[in-house]
Amino acid sequence: MFDLERWEEIFETIRKNKLRTFLTGLSVASGIFILVILLGIGEGMKNGIAREFQQDASNLIFVWTNITTKEYKGLNPGRRIQMKQRDYETTVAKNKDKLEYNSSIYRIWNGIVNYKKESGSYRVEGVYPDYQFLENSSLSAGRFINKTDDDNYEKVAVIGQKVKNDLFKTLDPIGDYIDISGIKFKVVGVFTDPAGEREESRVYLPMSSAQKVFNAQNNVSNLAFTLKPAENFEQAVAESTQFSKELSDFLKEQHTVAPDDERAINVNNTLENAKRFYTLMDMIKYFFWGVGICTIIAGVVGVSNIMLIIVKERTKEIGIRKALGAQPLSIIGMILHESIFVTAIAGFFGLIFSLALLEFVGPMIETQYIYNPTVNFKVAITTVFILIIAGALAGFFPAWRAARIKPIVALRDE
Amino acid sequence: MIEISNLHKSYKMGANSLHVLKGINLKIKEGELVSIMGSSGSGKSTLLNILGMLDEADEGSYILDGVPIKNLNEKRAAQYRNKFLGFIFQSFNLISYKSALDNVALPLYYQGLPRNERMDRAHSYLEKVGLADWAGHLPNELSGGQKQRVAIARALASDPKVLLADEPTGALDTKTSYEVMDLIQAINDDGRTILVVTHEHDIAQMTKRIVNLKDGVIIEDTVVSQVRAIENV
Repeated sequence: MFDLERWEEIFETIRKNKLRTFLTGLSVASGIFILVILLGIGEGMKNGIAREFQQDASNLIFVWTNITTKEYKGLNPGRRIQMKQRDYETTVAKNKDKLEYNSSIYRIWNGIVNYKKESGSYRVEGVYPDYQFLENSSLSAGRFINKTDDDNYEKVAVIGQKVKNDLFKTLDPIGDYIDISGIKFKVVGVFTDPAGEREESRVYLPMSSAQKVFNAQNNVSNLAFTLKPAENFEQAVAESTQFSKELSDFLKEQHTVAPDDERAINVNNTLENAKRFYTLMDMIKYFFWGVGICTIIAGVVGVSNIMLIIVKERTKEIGIRKALGAQPLSIIGMILHESIFVTAIAGFFGLIFSLALLEFVGPMIETQYIYNPTVNFKVAITTVFILIIAGALAGFFPAWRAARIKPIVALRDE
Repeated sequence: MIEISNLHKSYKMGANSLHVLKGINLKIKEGELVSIMGSSGSGKSTLLNILGMLDEADEGSYILDGVPIKNLNEKRAAQYRNKFLGFIFQSFNLISYKSALDNVALPLYYQGLPRNERMDRAHSYLEKVGLADWAGHLPNELSGGQKQRVAIARALASDPKVLLADEPTGALDTKTSYEVMDLIQAINDDGRTILVVTHEHDIAQMTKRIVNLKDGVIIEDTVVSQVRAIENV
């Protein structure tokens, strides 16, 4: 390998056979290139989907209601189901040791919010302090709703970044008052949300004040829960599926809804959805690996094909070399050395080119489901080495056969 | 230098066996210039291939410079070929993508000489055959006679004990043939042992001894008075 004379011999052969070398290299480089790009896109899709799930707590269980679609116990379909604070409190009391965060939500419809001359229509919700963690929001100023607010029916509000930008522009909103449907609330905090503007155009009030001020009569619009962390993902999914099922059954019973009515009460289990997505992701990943490996195999077949042709083409030369005193091992070495060298250079060239493409073009990709496509460098390097080894193996047999040809036969070859 | 006795060789051609050499006995001393003659099928090329260790005899002994050549593995045969023998072929057998100089240097590469020394020696041999100015040219840029002279320089490069020439003038016109023979005679004058296989009488007359082969046996072995090639150019 470190025989300088051999290197000189190989460089000379490569220099004199540019097209042959180029074609061998091209098949190898394109194989690596395609594999790396595929792996990068696979990773990008995974990142994209992971980002979709970052918007809320990743194990959020969220309940909303609709109208019934099935007749049950003499009640007609088409009834609107309205959840009560009682539903929330019973569920919390029953699952105290399982729950991590929990909140009921009361939504005030047509919440027109005014600040001096500015006004806008935002989603206004009464929530509990835990809701910050359920929504995965973080505070850019002030504080979130706390228990004291709720206990004392305080008229305070936490507003989203977009609400702040719309109404207050550059002013500091903390301590100032906003007007919601004619009632004044004191702004105590500004929050941001990973889901962006859509979820930042909200106003949160303490649950108790919201229900009282807007005459909610213990009605709640939604329920939101997260369970305490489990030991592993599988267990977490199992536990939250179990909890969702129990919750759904309980609410259906409370509101006299047919057990098989899927529309009246909806329990959305983020974790279960995530699991489905991750399973899909795994499938996609395996598919990409499959395609990539097939590409590599095609590359290897290409290399061995070219090696065969090279050996055939060089039979006479091999005969001459043997007549001049080349030993069989040196013939094998010469052919293998050349093929390994060419595959390695081409492989790394394809690798570098594809990595550069991912590096510079990757961040520019602006679709929902592909985000920051990258590839594990170790994996990429491994594939290059696999290709080199495979190419060497593929080249070995023709080389070995060539070395065994009797010089007299090889010399006769025209 | 070369001592062969009772050499037999047969080839399998399907079901039949073709007995090509039927007991050859031949002694060649150092410094001789011997031509082996015979019609095609007489076994002269086979004999040369066996002498060149490109092929192996079925029976009989072959001693080259005191070394018995028998049951050589590929590696050994390659070493001996490199050390003892220089080949000159009818079709030149130069490597097409290598320059004249690199072609001449090739046997030295297999001797493991460092590059600089290889190139120096190759250059001096090219000079000897009068092609120093053509060192950088590829074989297809040379005429037939020039190619054969490059091949002769290559055969000489490893400083072998014996030069084996298989129809060295077979692909050349008369004038070029004589020029090549002149070169071969000059090399022989320096004391090198040379074997030439040919079927041309005028070429054979330019050697010092003619061995006539027919149907696998030597029918005639005569010492001739050498005709100098230069006189006929």
